[in-house]
Amino acid sequence: MAAGFALLTGACDLKRAAVIDPKGPIALAERNLLFDAFCVMMIVIVPVIVLTLWFAYRYRASNTKAAYTPTWANSVGIDAITWLIPAIIVIAVAVLLWRSTHRLDPYRPLESKEAPFDVQVVAQDWKWLFIYPEQGIAVVNQLAFPAGRPVSLRITSDTVMNSFYVPQLAGQIYAMAGMQTRLQMLADQPGTFVGRNSQYSGGGYSDQHFEVQAMSPADFDAWVARAKQGAMRLDATTYPALAAKSRANPITYYSTVEPRLFDSIIDKYRHSGHAHAAPVRR
Amino acid sequence: MFGKLTIDALPFYSPIAAGGAAVTVGGALLVAIVLTWLRAWKYLWTDWLTSVDHKRIGIMYIVLALIMLLRGFVDALMMRAQQAMALNAGGYLPPEHFDQIFSSHGTIMIFFMAMPFMTGLMNVIVPLQIGTRDVAFPWLNAVSLWLSAAGAALVMVSLVIGKFSTAGWTGYPPYSGIEYNPGVGVDYWIWAILISGVGSTLSGINFIVTILKRRAPGMTLMRMTPFVWTALVASVLMAFAFPAITVACGLLALDRLAGMHFFTNAHGGNMMNYVNLFWIWGHPEVYILILPAFGIFSEVVSTFSRKRLFGYESLVYATAAIGILSFTVWLHHFFTMGSSAGVNAFFGVMTMIIAVPTGVKVFNWLLTMYRGRIDFHPSMMWSIGFIVTFVIGGMTGVLLAIPPADFLMHNTTFLVAHFHNMIIPGVLFGYLAGYMYWFPKAFGFAFNRGWGLGAFWCWIIGFYLAFMPLYLLGLKGMPRRMETYNDPTWQPYLLVAASGALVVLCGIGCMVMQLYVSIRDRARTRDLTGDPFDGRTLEWSTSSPPPPYNFAVIPTVSDREAFLEMKEKGVAYRRPAAYEPIRIPSNTPIGVILGAFGFVLGFAMVWHIWWLVLASGLVMFAAVIVRSSNDDQEFTLSAAEVKAIEDQRYRQLGSRS
Amino acid sequence: MSVAPMSAHEREEIETHEQRALGFWLYLMGDAVIFALLFATYAIMIPGTAGGPTGKQLFELNNAALETALLLVSSMTFGFASLQAKAGNRGAVLLWLAITFVLGVGFVFLEVREFTGMIAKGAGPDRSGFLSAFFTLVGTHGVHVTMGLIWIVVLGAQVALKGLTLPVTSRLQRLGLFWHFLDIAWVGIFSIVYLPGLL
Repeated sequence: MAAGFALLTGACDLKRAAVIDPKGPIALAERNLLFDAFCVMMIVIVPVIVLTLWFAYRYRASNTKAAYTPTWANSVGIDAITWLIPAIIVIAVAVLLWRSTHRLDPYRPLESKEAPFDVQVVAQDWKWLFIYPEQGIAVVNQLAFPAGRPVSLRITSDTVMNSFYVPQLAGQIYAMAGMQTRLQMLADQPGTFVGRNSQYSGGGYSDQHFEVQAMSPADFDAWVARAKQGAMRLDATTYPALAAKSRANPITYYSTVEPRLFDSIIDKYRHSGHAHAAPVRR
Repeated sequence: MFGKLTIDALPFYSPIAAGGAAVTVGGALLVAIVLTWLRAWKYLWTDWLTSVDHKRIGIMYIVLALIMLLRGFVDALMMRAQQAMALNAGGYLPPEHFDQIFSSHGTIMIFFMAMPFMTGLMNVIVPLQIGTRDVAFPWLNAVSLWLSAAGAALVMVSLVIGKFSTAGWTGYPPYSGIEYNPGVGVDYWIWAILISGVGSTLSGINFIVTILKRRAPGMTLMRMTPFVWTALVASVLMAFAFPAITVACGLLALDRLAGMHFFTNAHGGNMMNYVNLFWIWGHPEVYILILPAFGIFSEVVSTFSRKRLFGYESLVYATAAIGILSFTVWLHHFFTMGSSAGVNAFFGVMTMIIAVPTGVKVFNWLLTMYRGRIDFHPSMMWSIGFIVTFVIGGMTGVLLAIPPADFLMHNTTFLVAHFHNMIIPGVLFGYLAGYMYWFPKAFGFAFNRGWGLGAFWCWIIGFYLAFMPLYLLGLKGMPRRMETYNDPTWQPYLLVAASGALVVLCGIGCMVMQLYVSIRDRARTRDLTGDPFDGRTLEWSTSSPPPPYNFAVIPTVSDREAFLEMKEKGVAYRRPAAYEPIRIPSNTPIGVILGAFGFVLGFAMVWHIWWLVLASGLVMFAAVIVRSSNDDQEFTLSAAEVKAIEDQRYRQLGSRS
Repeated sequence: MSVAPMSAHEREEIETHEQRALGFWLYLMGDAVIFALLFATYAIMIPGTAGGPTGKQLFELNNAALETALLLVSSMTFGFASLQAKAGNRGAVLLWLAITFVLGVGFVFLEVREFTGMIAKGAGPDRSGFLSAFFTLVGTHGVHVTMGLIWIVVLGAQVALKGLTLPVTSRLQRLGLFWHFLDIAWVGIFSIVYLPGLL
């Protein structure tokens, strides 16, 4: 019953599943990789399952007509095949892996005619702060950018380890205090997507999701203008109140933001003058 | 006087937590009452708790594992129920309780269910299969058991006094650090793992020496059974991987207790080092658990296909290869931490390479079934169910090993489904196959088949129902460990998953019934021969249960399937002309004393009761010195006593024919 | 090996001690993994001084060199104890064990003095990640040496009370392995912690 119900809802529902239905070239490439590797492995998975069930049926003890060779336990030829088949499949997938890992390195800027759109991301308990350095604004729990333009994210945490996750556009990467990680994304079309933290971080974790808005250039300009109208400012005096623990925060706009806020959030964990132990890739 | 411990540590903050505490305390009281009513305390103490007999230690390990399986499964049920209900902040658990449950579920299932189950099976069977009378260090074996039990007891006590960790079974800092987690929960987790980890390291050393040094004459390395081989490789991994988690948890404890800065956000700490240290242990740990299960499948498939194991050498080399490679893949647990593409790609490729020897093993089991005469004993069913299900988990594992694909799937329920898909069919089904296969050997009466098959079908159907929806939810982008969610399209899948957990509950019910029915019928179903399944290996050559010395005369081995060969040559049950006296290690309470004070030590560390730390530490120290100064740790069973036991055995054998 | 035929019991006894020797080697290898990971942790935490003092500012080569000398000499004196045990000279064994003990105590004293001095200067293990790693690595070794000292006392008592029986000499051999192992670990500490900290 329950399974049938799930299948019914699932069939129409899964086509729209975040991973299966990507909305940008990076997530698409990652998903295609998933599908390709899946197909390659089916070459061996399906026969193994079929053979297991077939052998179990065919060589059941009650079937005395089936052949029975109780001491047959060695065959150099078959041994070679049992090593070679998985090896060939693994080599095929490994080549795929090696190339794609370099091509889809989240630190590697996207090739595009347009200059990347920079956003700085700060994980907090339990919300996401997005700083837009070009526009001089900051927004809690909403990531907006022009569709069709590559987005280059710099990510850190002002609390415990988080994982910044936008399945339909970019996948994910950890956010860690005192360090900066990077992620690239691009949305083909305007649209609204869901982003989350996927690394458990305490009581407000379940509500720590944010809205991702890819907009047409005109809509985006309007959005920026609207954000700039707000009265709230983000600087060294207002920041601590924002960084304090809070749950299920609504989208909040800051019309101005202190220029070096993102760097100062990283630096406060690192202490001036001393290189950090962590190999930070810029 | 009592450190941080006050009356507020009792769990009256929530009725559900208080209920859990009541069940724990009630269960312990019930056991105590039953033992008193049966007047079994003395028997329990002299015949079991102080025993250094590997078979009894093994059985106690497995009892511990089954109890903890129940506890861990209740956690699982509670999580599935919560998520099934939790659309738009529904559900019945607050986040601060839900996170304790997922933390204890993982911790218990890995450290206090799977580890003791595996060590228990190794204990019961390895010495019998290599034809020796005990492990190399019988007393140390008892110490390992009781330290594991002490760790498990710490986790259980956290239900009643204080709270358990909320940082997941992996305890990533800085969340698990004192700044973000000032309570005692993480400390319970740390000390449970540190104390039981010492036990696991010692078990590893014990079994390496046992297998390398105590094999019967003629049993060359390439004549060892597949289970012994996998036990050997797993023991090597235990001895050399567990130090890594000792370091990881030890440094985390120093951060928390002494204000150090190994993994803190600021002051020069480096949380990424913890993640590396943890998984340098954590990935070999997966193979510590799964390799012995592979060994069991090899034994079971061969016995119940009535056929020699296909490709023994391949299996041995594959086992060794997996053991070595398991130390080279740890970074695949955190491709999303920002390593360079070259590093990620290297660890991804290494991970794929492990799939080769694993694939070889699957083919060998298949070819063993090919042209066999398959008896669908529950153990064989677990094995067939394992192969079919495990390859699916292996496939999703290869998907996750591709870093860019992992960026999409990491930390989602897809990952949760993947590792349950490895550990339930791969590890737990293997142990249950071994449990149902060797039960008559350990106790001397048959294990009910019907209820065993019922348990199998419930477990496997429940497994698919519970975890296939989680794969799909992962594709829908659902992160793991969500206490509530706002996406209504997730709920149908979570309802199906919850129904799967209920089907598994029926499977556990079948396991309880299987024990009850088998014990009830034991007089009728006695195993008089010691060889109920026409076995191939040496454990079947002794009586069921085996005598304290296992073998009156140490067998001489000339084939991989040593016992089958003896039966074929007609020398299997031949009586020796005379018996010799046998020296047997004496029972000692020092193992259980070390466990008890290890528990007290851990408890005192958790609550900062420093005088008690010192006192229990001193007692443990003194106990070790006393024991290690004792030269006379054995007693002798005279030839006449051996003869009396053996005469009884041959009378049984005779009454059969 | 004597030529006289051994009884089954004697053979078992010797096998038991061989197994214990192997088991102890395995324990030492596991312990070496612990030290290796602590060394690695130290190495990556050298930059994590958080504005606090660096190794260069803190370490004194004289002290470390003296510690090294004490420990290496103690390893030699333990070697003499082992030789005397083989020769069956109970008194000489006790004498060399006593000398080893005194040297070991001297080592621990120097280390404790160094630690307390650093803590008094505000350079304790809670000052920075670098100092956490330093105190933990060196302190773990120091705890091992302390355990070794207690073990020397216990075995000294056994030699005095029981004589050089097979079980006692077998334990002495394992203590010897342990003591020499601590030397090797210290050489690592000296060359990875103290020398680069000063150069």
